[in-house]
Amino acid sequence: MIELTAKQAADAIRSGDLDANEYFEFYRQRAASDPYNSYTWVAEKAPEIDTRKPFAGVPIAIKDLFCTEGIPSQAGSKILEDYRPPYTATSVDRLTTHAGGTLLGKTNQDEFAMGSSTENSAYGPTLNPWDTSRVPGGSSGGSAAVVAGATAPWSIGTDTGGSIRQPAALTGIVGLKPTYGAISRYGMIAFASSLDQAGPFTRDVTDSAMLLSAMVGADPCDQTSLGLPEPVRIPTANDLKGIRLGVPEELAGEGIEDGVLKAFNDTLELAKSLGATVETTHLPHAPHGLAAYYLIAPAECSSNLARYDGVRYGFRKSGASTLIDMYTQTREAGFGAEVKRRIMLGTYALSSGYYDAYYGRAQKVRTLISQDFKNAWDKFDFIVTPTAPGVAFELGSKTADPLAMYLNDFCTVPMSLAGIPAISIPNGLSEGLPVGFQIAGPAFSENRILDAALALEKAIGFDASKAYA
Amino acid sequence: MSTEYEPVIGLEIHVQLKTRTKMFCGCELSFGEEPNTRTCPICLGLPGTLPVTNAQAVQYGIMMGLALGCEIAPRSIFHRKNYFYPDLAKGYQISQYDIPLCLGGRLGDVRIHRIHLEEDAAKLVHVGASGRIHGSEASVVDYNRGGTPLAEIVTEPDLRSAEQARDWLQLLRETLRQLGVSDVNMEEGSLRCDANVSIRPKGTHALGTKTELKNMNSFRYVMQGINAEIARQTALLESGESVTQETLHFDPVSGRISSLRSKEEAHDYRYFPEPDLVPIVPTPEMMAAAEAAIPELPADREARYESDFGIPTDTAHLFAYEPTWGTYFERVAVEGNRDAKAAAIWVTELRTRLGADADPHKSAVVPAQLAALAALVAAKKVTAGSARTVLDKMVETGDHPDRIAEAEGLTVMEDSGELSQIVAKVISENPDVVEKVRGGNAKAMGALVGPIMRETKGRADGGEVNRLLREQLGV
Ligand SMILES: [Zn+2]
Repeated sequence: MIELTAKQAADAIRSGDLDANEYFEFYRQRAASDPYNSYTWVAEKAPEIDTRKPFAGVPIAIKDLFCTEGIPSQAGSKILEDYRPPYTATSVDRLTTHAGGTLLGKTNQDEFAMGSSTENSAYGPTLNPWDTSRVPGGSSGGSAAVVAGATAPWSIGTDTGGSIRQPAALTGIVGLKPTYGAISRYGMIAFASSLDQAGPFTRDVTDSAMLLSAMVGADPCDQTSLGLPEPVRIPTANDLKGIRLGVPEELAGEGIEDGVLKAFNDTLELAKSLGATVETTHLPHAPHGLAAYYLIAPAECSSNLARYDGVRYGFRKSGASTLIDMYTQTREAGFGAEVKRRIMLGTYALSSGYYDAYYGRAQKVRTLISQDFKNAWDKFDFIVTPTAPGVAFELGSKTADPLAMYLNDFCTVPMSLAGIPAISIPNGLSEGLPVGFQIAGPAFSENRILDAALALEKAIGFDASKAYA
Repeated sequence: MSTEYEPVIGLEIHVQLKTRTKMFCGCELSFGEEPNTRTCPICLGLPGTLPVTNAQAVQYGIMMGLALGCEIAPRSIFHRKNYFYPDLAKGYQISQYDIPLCLGGRLGDVRIHRIHLEEDAAKLVHVGASGRIHGSEASVVDYNRGGTPLAEIVTEPDLRSAEQARDWLQLLRETLRQLGVSDVNMEEGSLRCDANVSIRPKGTHALGTKTELKNMNSFRYVMQGINAEIARQTALLESGESVTQETLHFDPVSGRISSLRSKEEAHDYRYFPEPDLVPIVPTPEMMAAAEAAIPELPADREARYESDFGIPTDTAHLFAYEPTWGTYFERVAVEGNRDAKAAAIWVTELRTRLGADADPHKSAVVPAQLAALAALVAAKKVTAGSARTVLDKMVETGDHPDRIAEAEGLTVMEDSGELSQIVAKVISENPDVVEKVRGGNAKAMGALVGPIMRETKGRADGGEVNRLLREQLGV
């Protein structure tokens, strides 16, 4: 059962060759004994399975920050310890109620999605199934580790500046960040509202398309959601004939580890052999993406996280004598160091007298980066880069140095700021650890990205089973 | 010699909109329900929830803007106003900041600076002795009110006295009430008024330092509060001190003004564009629908009644503020061949009988019959006094005034023979009065008019009575 992709399992369940309850129980037991601390909650039994629905009986793991009715949804934070929402996120509802997927568990993450290693979780770090001394990336590290470690056939996470693509790269799986607005954000515990976007973690590109197809759609509960202009297709491409790939010098050279860069360049050669043209290009403002991102995201989070005050739900520090003390002590004890750091940064960036210099300026950079990409689409179908500058790093090696940690998002943040879709596919190994290859396209180009990714996936021939076999 | 000061006053008015549901969620508005029964994950600010703009609130906002002559922004946006307080579920209020829905405008003598949309805060109830947050034993929060749609109307500093401020606020209140966008009840908090007050030497133009007077919850308190603040500022300047920019609270019981916070203590709200909402972009259809929903407003109605109907200002004002009576008046005036002044008098008489809150259209008195009554009086077929009696009967029975006057014998005596006999009879019964009149005291004749009127049951025309008296007395 373990070798089946989610699509294969779904097909087998519908044709009667695979028993849905047996399949769910197989994964449920693997999840319950998961050795990587990937889960914060695992289902105790399978719910009623309606085998007429497309994902019937296929278990799915959900990042902790998606609200799930009656089930802990803690966003990796102590301040939401055992918080059980009264409603379910739209995207999760689409996968379960509508598509028939079965909720297997909630996955570990960096607190409120702030981090690139899943070490900033109040529930302990998640380990990389390829090497348990290393991080799985983040913030959706749990959702990546469950797929890489085969304790779930697939999962969903969220990407704000790279939180799907970077952990997918570091654990040798496929991670897709759709166009901003393709999937409803309703019920996703917010980090940075103008950047947050849900997306799939899967073993292969076909599963990615299938999972995405059930998640997208405009939602009356989210005014910023648009859906996609056309349904997501299961990709079929075998080659890249006529495809023009742009390689931005700013994101595919300096600062990238040698092994990662070598794997990237090898794949460019492969792409040419599949019929693509490859040309170096420029995204002149992309290097400023990180600086802009680390102002915009903290600014939004400083406001989004103001509601965690101990008044209505979640954790409250007892013993405070005044309202201000209650706020202060609750937030002091309830939030971790990285969250506090970003709240401080964001509060400062929005303060009167500093707004224009920081938040205002960062928004201008964001517009310029969007324009860089728009210019690129005149000449290229896709922009390709390594997904992360390095391979999975040792636990604890970057926790003391926030800036080194932030550099992990160097190649993924520009696409988030521009709101465009991007996928990371496994691109072989460096030092025995997986690396990722990122393909970004114009807004709403998900179908074309998935086709290109499928053609490359076939040519690369990555064997993901090493992590769980 | 002491300087004479001129007050400069601007108002900030918060209006709760009378929409079916809250500003950003589907909860119905609350009218005194059990605490925390009109709430949902969105207005409680639960993790993961998102706001959705209420289309009806936007329409009401546009209606207010059009009614007050504002320019409606082709694209306006929401901001987050960040501060910590338990009445704010999300830790921020969604409001409009630098690009509001409506800009500019005017109502009466006062220019409108802007109108923007926002959400109301929840209600904090302080348990314990004082009822205020300091010294209370505990505070509980009722989120029923949280998220109620508000429109904030900001005027230019065009008001020059507390009385003018009160009168203008009443005009605004009536305008909004007739627009149907709010209950505009100050006591219940659906209309709240803050005032920015400063003073300057009369004849100068530079503005003095202003203070903000918060939340005066009746028209009387608005006037008292502003007057108290003008007096306080005047006393400060006269004693050589200066006014400090601060936010103030007026206590109507003691009449005293106390400081809530100084400029230095002012919050830094860290406004930034609300990323969860898309801009408000009114379509031509939205604009047309809002335009079509606007009735004639009191200021226009008052002006029209004065110019087109020529009725006195007081009556025009009355009919403009009570548009049901205004509409009824118009019908009577039209039925009565536009003898509008007479129509106004008799509609006012009817209003006295039915009460200001009654709907005259539903009364027994149809406009044509009230016009007929006015015509009877104008034609001197019924005296004004008799007409009041006829009107009493009309209210009771709905009968035509002609029939009532006839049946009750209230028509003016046309047969001067009959009247002449009554005059002669009264003269013969009052020799002492006759004595006085003939002795040169013409005024004494008045004492004879009363008995004649009684005798004729008010049906006699006063002029005719006088003429006959003089004739028969030979004076
Ligand atoms: Zn609600």
